[in-house]
Amino acid sequence: MTHYEQPVIDRDEQAPGPTLTRAEELAVAGVRGEQRRAAERAARSSLRAQIARLEREHSAIVAERFPHIRAPVGSPRALASAPSLLDLGELERSRDRLAASLQELRARVEQRVEHERRARDQLERMRLEPGRYKFVRLPVRDLGQGVCGFWEVRPRLGLIGMLAGWWQLKLSSGCPLARGLRSTRGPGAQR
Amino acid sequence: MAEVKRLSDHEESVAGWRAPEVEEELPGLRLLAGQALHKRAQQLTAGSPPEIRQRLSELSNRVRGARAVAIRREPVPAAYRVFFRHIGLEPDTVRTPIEAAILERMLRGGFLTRCLLDDVLLLALVDTGVPVWALDAETVDGQLGVRASRQGERLGRAADASLLPAGRLVVADSSAALAILFGELAPGHEPGAGTRRLALFAVQVAGVPDLFVEEALWICRAAFEQL
Repeated sequence: MTHYEQPVIDRDEQAPGPTLTRAEELAVAGVRGEQRRAAERAARSSLRAQIARLEREHSAIVAERFPHIRAPVGSPRALASAPSLLDLGELERSRDRLAASLQELRARVEQRVEHERRARDQLERMRLEPGRYKFVRLPVRDLGQGVCGFWEVRPRLGLIGMLAGWWQLKLSSGCPLARGLRSTRGPGAQR
Repeated sequence: MAEVKRLSDHEESVAGWRAPEVEEELPGLRLLAGQALHKRAQQLTAGSPPEIRQRLSELSNRVRGARAVAIRREPVPAAYRVFFRHIGLEPDTVRTPIEAAILERMLRGGFLTRCLLDDVLLLALVDTGVPVWALDAETVDGQLGVRASRQGERLGRAADASLLPAGRLVVADSSAALAILFGELAPGHEPGAGTRRLALFAVQVAGVPDLFVEEALWICRAAFEQL
């Protein structure tokens, strides 16, 4: 905003010429100063609105794509570590950093989407022709379906299936239980 | 300074003043202040009574991993994230109060009790998403408000208080900076073991409804005064 208005303001500064009295010049300068301040204020307000919009999109990606995509950890020195009123330049730098971070996130989302698409294709092939993918494992994490477990092509009925060529696609049982392994001690030992 | 206004008849909360430059640049920022009398037998710095511990435990059960991940999209926490960026703080480095509390909950497996004062402020924060701070009301001179720090100003009234860089946003009374906005309190102004009168304040930003802020202060007041 200010980049476009600045030349207009500068051009106007030469306009009054020698016909104005000193008091009039001061009045004109005061008005221009006020106009410039108002323009900068509007620019800062616009930048804050942009930052808010970028931040919302940034948060949406991080929340929706967790745990496969995490927020890039910013440098602690990237911004002041204490709150202050930011001037136009600082707000622009803040907006640019956030935009760059969002751009990076979007690129990672695209990569992730492509990765999951390839994994789904692979799973489909494993389902259709299990005999071609003996003992191949595909983590469900790659499919974006969770963090534990995997799809695996295994022989039906163990050794018999291996010899007979009976292969099937199986899904593992998922995440370990939160309570951990069952105690190996017998009831007598617990007393 | 902006006029100090009483918000409602039935509440003791008042809107703090804002310096003109703060009001102009951050029109959504408001400081809501109130006082609370500490009427419990326990000292503020001692362990919490069972009912406060119980409430913390219930909150721990309510806040789980899924909410921890999604909290940055909830309206109130999201408003604080945006505001942090507006004042030059990176919310993924300097966490907003609610996100810091939730992260602590996930790392430690629950909201751990510390002392009565901290526990009550944590209850209000987790319940509403609005951070509340407490000062010893005997050390506060006049109404609280928000302004930028001045050249050579110290954080607090103590002679050995640390110097503040000019332009830092602070919560101040009529004569001194008492806390950095969303940051540390001035030494000597924190409530101590013997404090009976507390000056509470909550920081409201654009996008946070009044009700949440008043609720946060009310939760604190009710806990300290056993309402």
